[in-house]
Amino acid sequence: MVELMVKRLLLLILIASIWTAAGCARRQPPVAGPAAPPPGPPPAAAPAPPPRPAERVEEALPVPAEPLAEDEIARRTLDELNRDSPFKPVFFGLDSAELDEAGRSIVTANAGLLKKYPAWVITIEGHCDERGTAEYNLALGERRAAAVRTYLVSLGLAPDRIRIVSYGKEFPFDPGHTDAAWAKNRRAHFVITSK
Amino acid sequence: MHWALGLVGAVAGAVVLAAGPAPQEPAPTPPPQQPSEIAVVISGDPGTPPRYAVPDFVAMNPEAAEIAKSIAQVLWNDLAYEREFYMIPRDTYATVPAARTADQIAFPAWSELGADAVAFGSVQRTGATVRIEFRLFNVRTRQSVFSKEYTGTDANPRLYAHTIADEIHQQQRALRGVARTKLTFSSDRNRERIVGGVQDRDVKEIYISDYDGANVRRITTNRQLNLTPVWSPDARAIAYTSYRRGYPDLFVALIYQGVQQEPTKGGTQNWLPMFSPDGTRIVFTSSRDGNPELYIVNRDGSGLRRVTNHPAIDTTPTWSPTGTQIAFTSDRAGQPQIYIVGADGLNLRRLTTAESYADRPTWSPAPFNEIAFAARTGPGYDIKVYDLAGGVTRQITFGEGSNESPAYAPNGRHLAFTSTRSGRTQVFTIGRDGRGARQVTRDGSNYTPAWSN
Repeated sequence: MVELMVKRLLLLILIASIWTAAGCARRQPPVAGPAAPPPGPPPAAAPAPPPRPAERVEEALPVPAEPLAEDEIARRTLDELNRDSPFKPVFFGLDSAELDEAGRSIVTANAGLLKKYPAWVITIEGHCDERGTAEYNLALGERRAAAVRTYLVSLGLAPDRIRIVSYGKEFPFDPGHTDAAWAKNRRAHFVITSK
Repeated sequence: MHWALGLVGAVAGAVVLAAGPAPQEPAPTPPPQQPSEIAVVISGDPGTPPRYAVPDFVAMNPEAAEIAKSIAQVLWNDLAYEREFYMIPRDTYATVPAARTADQIAFPAWSELGADAVAFGSVQRTGATVRIEFRLFNVRTRQSVFSKEYTGTDANPRLYAHTIADEIHQQQRALRGVARTKLTFSSDRNRERIVGGVQDRDVKEIYISDYDGANVRRITTNRQLNLTPVWSPDARAIAYTSYRRGYPDLFVALIYQGVQQEPTKGGTQNWLPMFSPDGTRIVFTSSRDGNPELYIVNRDGSGLRRVTNHPAIDTTPTWSPTGTQIAFTSDRAGQPQIYIVGADGLNLRRLTTAESYADRPTWSPAPFNEIAFAARTGPGYDIKVYDLAGGVTRQITFGEGSNESPAYAPNGRHLAFTSTRSGRTQVFTIGRDGRGARQVTRDGSNYTPAWSN
């Protein structure tokens, strides 16, 4: 009850502040106000400039558009499951989205687990190491996740149980800058999204 | 908007100055030399740039002291940035008596210091209202060549210096300065972690700052992954990639209205938006048809159209300044390379042939006709520029850290990019000739900059 009231109060304050900010912005004149005489006597060394309106210098302030994200308490048990995942990650070669033999055997093992728990829906995250560019890696991670999904489907899993997402090089598993760290970061990571 | 305001102001300044002893051409072209005319454009010794001095502004009352001191340094920095003038270091002005009014300016002392031009500014502060009087003097003729008053609030005093700098560049050099432009970038500086993730993952939010890194403001507050922001041509909206729904999708923030738009809403994965030069369309990468391809959509979400169609990756699009062509990255030849295709999907051609890996093409504004990109040059990347007229590539950075994500300034004379040269990934700017690198961000790690008009 108290929490609800606090929430409503905060919402009111937010609306009021947005309304006030919008109102102020509207009330501002577009350019200069009326001309004002320059302070002090005109300097002698230079030709006296005729009086001119002072130019108004101003800028608007950005207003955040979104409310804060709400807590995702409902997913906590899944989080616990995912933090100690029964799925093994699949690793890739440099600049590559191809599953090698080791990769295929990991996907096969993960497929067995998915068949054992038919209610589970998963998201396969594609990740890259820092040796690719930020932009291209977003697509490469997608290709990695898609390669895993394609193989899972070929093993008989329903495509609608498998979502994919790429995080490029945004979330390295190992923040190091060594071959060993990079090898760990070029991965497809299995996340259970519902069960 | 500020730019338009500044242009009008600069022209007005020139016109009023021309109302002096004799009629005159508009700045900056020097008029034919006639004895009765005042030269508006200040020149240096033959073959050298004019030498400028910017002493502290005069505080007309004690409340103005702080602003008077700080904005002179900002103006000095702004004028130094375009490298059109030789800026005399401000710590060498001690020999010159300070002037309280313009008629006290010690021209012989400035002349002795080698100054061709000297700035004189005064600041008055009444409550939250600031009034600034500014003049630029030709030291040789002792004539004022630029004179203007400004007023506004004390919310961001740097903006007065930026405005003056842009107007001086316009009047003296017919140059569109960038002092009032802004950067946008993605940053983990708020050090928050994504809630409910499978591992500890940093939040990245979208921020804006002035071109020099000052005046940082946060644009997004969703505590998820937000990447690759770009400005609309009117600099009032930012399009970006956000994972707030668990997958990448495009969002457009109208940053001065607090309004958000979703031009590609509907469950498909979309990323790397780029506004068309007229601001009506967005080109982006999407895997909606099963593979990363380029698409164009109207800003209101209508008129979706596919541009590329190839089983390889097509991504990272950028528009040509005319909006008729798109440069992008494709790995259809094996490794990522830069290609150009018509906005209608026709006339594909490969641009980079000598690189092992190239990404993030960004097309320069006119009058330059070049495409900057990040090229693998060893363990990391460097910024290179492909000249479309000559077909030659030049290198901008040379292995100081890894350098990625180039973005042109609206006047084409500078590039923003990210570099690891100082440790974590930070935004830098650099001249298109590779000179004058400046670190813009220092807080947290900062990524994928874009430069406003």
